[in-house]
Amino acid sequence: MSLRNRELVSLVVVGVIVGFGFASVYIARQEVVNSASLSYGLFFLGLYLVAHLIARMTVPNADPYLLPMAGLLTGIGVTEIYRLDENDAFRQGLWIVIGLGAFAATLFLLREDYRRLESYKYLFGLGAIALLLLPSVPGLGDTVNGARLWVDVGPLHFQPGELAKILLIVFLAGYLREKREVLAQFRLKDLGPLFLIWGAAMLVLVVTNDLGGGLLYFGIFLAMLYVATAQVWFVVAGSVLFVGGAAAVYSAIPRVQERVQIWLDPWKDAYGDGYQTVQSHYSIANGGFGGTGLGQGTFTDAAGHQLIPYVNTDFIYSALAQELGLIGICAFLLVYMLFAARGFRIALLAQDGFSKLLAVGLTFAFTLQAFIIIGGILRIIPLTGITLPFVSYGGSSIVANFVLLAGLLLVSDRANEGAKA
Amino acid sequence: MNNQISRLAVASLVLVISLIVGTTYWQAWAAPSLANRRDNSIKVVAQFSIKRGNIYAADGSVVARNVRRRVGGQTLYFRRYPKGPLFAHPVGYSTQARSRSGLEQSHNDYLTGSNTNLATLLDTTLDKLRGSTIEGNDLILTLRPRPQKVALDALAGQCGAAVALDPKTGKVLVMASSPTYDPNLVERNYRRVQRGTGPCPVAPLLNRASSGLFTPGSIFKVVTAGAALDTGKYTPESTFYDPGYCVEYGQRVNNYDTSTPFGTVNFSQALINSINSSFCEMGKRLGPETILDYARRFGFYQDPPIDLPSGERAPSGLYQGRKLLPRSKERDADPGRLAFGQERMQVTPLQMAMVAGAIANNGVVMEPYLTDRVRKPDGSLLVKTKPHELRRAVKPEVADEIASMMEGVVTGGTGTAAQIPGVRVAGKTGTAETGHSGRNTTWFISFAPVDNPRFAVAVVLQNQSGTGGSTAAPIAKEILQALLRSPSKGSG
Repeated sequence: MSLRNRELVSLVVVGVIVGFGFASVYIARQEVVNSASLSYGLFFLGLYLVAHLIARMTVPNADPYLLPMAGLLTGIGVTEIYRLDENDAFRQGLWIVIGLGAFAATLFLLREDYRRLESYKYLFGLGAIALLLLPSVPGLGDTVNGARLWVDVGPLHFQPGELAKILLIVFLAGYLREKREVLAQFRLKDLGPLFLIWGAAMLVLVVTNDLGGGLLYFGIFLAMLYVATAQVWFVVAGSVLFVGGAAAVYSAIPRVQERVQIWLDPWKDAYGDGYQTVQSHYSIANGGFGGTGLGQGTFTDAAGHQLIPYVNTDFIYSALAQELGLIGICAFLLVYMLFAARGFRIALLAQDGFSKLLAVGLTFAFTLQAFIIIGGILRIIPLTGITLPFVSYGGSSIVANFVLLAGLLLVSDRANEGAKA
Repeated sequence: MNNQISRLAVASLVLVISLIVGTTYWQAWAAPSLANRRDNSIKVVAQFSIKRGNIYAADGSVVARNVRRRVGGQTLYFRRYPKGPLFAHPVGYSTQARSRSGLEQSHNDYLTGSNTNLATLLDTTLDKLRGSTIEGNDLILTLRPRPQKVALDALAGQCGAAVALDPKTGKVLVMASSPTYDPNLVERNYRRVQRGTGPCPVAPLLNRASSGLFTPGSIFKVVTAGAALDTGKYTPESTFYDPGYCVEYGQRVNNYDTSTPFGTVNFSQALINSINSSFCEMGKRLGPETILDYARRFGFYQDPPIDLPSGERAPSGLYQGRKLLPRSKERDADPGRLAFGQERMQVTPLQMAMVAGAIANNGVVMEPYLTDRVRKPDGSLLVKTKPHELRRAVKPEVADEIASMMEGVVTGGTGTAAQIPGVRVAGKTGTAETGHSGRNTTWFISFAPVDNPRFAVAVVLQNQSGTGGSTAAPIAKEILQALLRSPSKGSG
């Protein structure tokens, strides 16, 4: 079977799974959900069939499983958001349409040769920094939940950090491809730019108060640096620098101290700072082995008040874990693992350094972001508010992840084409 | 670069595996302990998704029922108490914000069908599998609405409590505590409930009947008399000389009224006229340990074995601050004052109703209970409470002798206000002075009819300027009359 036919078959399977998900939410919550909303399911499948056709046209040799997995994750996400808040699900659906638009645009723009991006790498680097600092511009920035991550332009409300992540990866892929030999010699004079990037990450951390973002950008940077130079020392030194910087930030910013306190013992202030984490633990624990079933979890108290604040963005994992149970949520995590595996496979197959670094960066960014938010929810690491790729409610995140997906498909298409030739 | 890519892939794999391990920890390992945490709202909601059993009074009228409401796509059941404040203290409330109290708390397992009885366990498990609502079991109480209302009305505007028991079985027929509150308001207007209203707005949520501690004063003489006669150190004919006071530790301990000493009296007259000096003498001869030993026989020094939550029951006895006086210090207690119910003696109305009940029941204390039977949702009987002896307090002859003395209190002593035409009533008054006028605690314990006792009653009032005979006895009389009027079987 050809690659694209495999993709089509997988998409139909995903469509059936998502359809079952919608149906069980519908059955469990008939009084809240109306029957017309079942058409969402079909609409959803239609969207992905369009995406599939675009992939057929632009990247015929690309990996056939990434798009279906993205479809499955967005499908699960939109089903759960739908179960939590019908209106949010509708908006999320619109964002998926826009995201697929960005996906198509990326594929069409770069289908000839994405590698020409390499020559604009510094532009991408500057763009990334500009986007990261955009929320701090007076009059544009908006602070949500203590972090300055949002930009308001007219009716638009978006998080430029999500897009900055991709620009940063493009920049690093180009920069590291060029400097990898020099850097590998580990001479102090060549390390300047690296300190610069470390300083920038810290600056972003302090200025925007965004711990998750800082961790993500710096993690991507270290991973790509390691892949480019094969120097474990960079990773060790980088980690030490980051932890040192984070410790300095910890003593300086109360919000960070609060986060660490919650991480160590959320029950200390179960109705104050620790409330969200405590409620999230109860939600996950209530799922048990088999889960309550989609649509049958408890997310409001007996008076109808929502128990977990931000349940459909940062804490969607807690909701999914309750309704899917241990079995379901492990399957869900395995989708992330498979996505990562396919991404790294693309990096291995890619022919040139830029492509390899680009694929590694995009894949690791995706995996690390999932780890940062889920690990934070599970208290493996301190909690930082960041979206769960493809699943959380939120426009910027959806759009950015579709661009990320398009990037991986482009690299994959070229690699497989080269292998055929 | 491929080596590094492979290693990074393995690192990413480890990251995802750590997430799987973390989730497994919370969902499999930590889940049971999290489920038991009190602040777990999900489990609270789960409790509300159970259709709790109804609670009925002895006459079959509804005391607690449910209203169905859809919240966030779930059917939840909320409590309503159609009789409002009438049974607030014994029945309590079941709410989200304030948890539960009273029988709603102590019988929560029955009411939610989660009791470990195999039959109900099977039913609820099947309900869960079917996805249908779990229904709890109904409680049918021993409480009688009309006498309860009479008691609460009589106490209205004062701080006090009343308890009525069936002395032969221990069934609690009336349990009233004033001020009362409306359990329907607890969920939304807790502060208002807590604040209380009326002339005695003090601690309306406290069940004074079972956990309010008061100085007993002269009603404790019944216990002392029991000790004196049962040990054989005294007979009803034993005589005392009353100079109007008693000398203890070289100091005078006065009678309630020192101006008219009774002179030479016998045991019966001493109890009928509540002469402190005679009981003071008795106490000195018996010693504090013997008196307290008899108090224990009547049920003092343990939580009354009634089916209320342990936090709503208090043991009666000598107190040191907020705790019972340790046994090793009992020998140092003042025997004279102890004998007429002073010293640091603190008692609950429920305990004193048990004392009256023991005298009425030939000297045997019955375990008091509020729940007559538990009924399954299909209407069949699950549990029927069987009367249970707590222990024998005094010999039957002694109980008889004290009973006739207590009848004398009502016919021609301090408790004449409790007389009921055509019914032989026994009783004992108590007036515990605090040294401040208008701050007396007044008591009346009684039972009737003397020839075949069916009801034992204890009434306490706080902050009184009168005596037990003038304030509490009329209320006890009203309650007895209401009980005598109410049919014993079926409806009440």
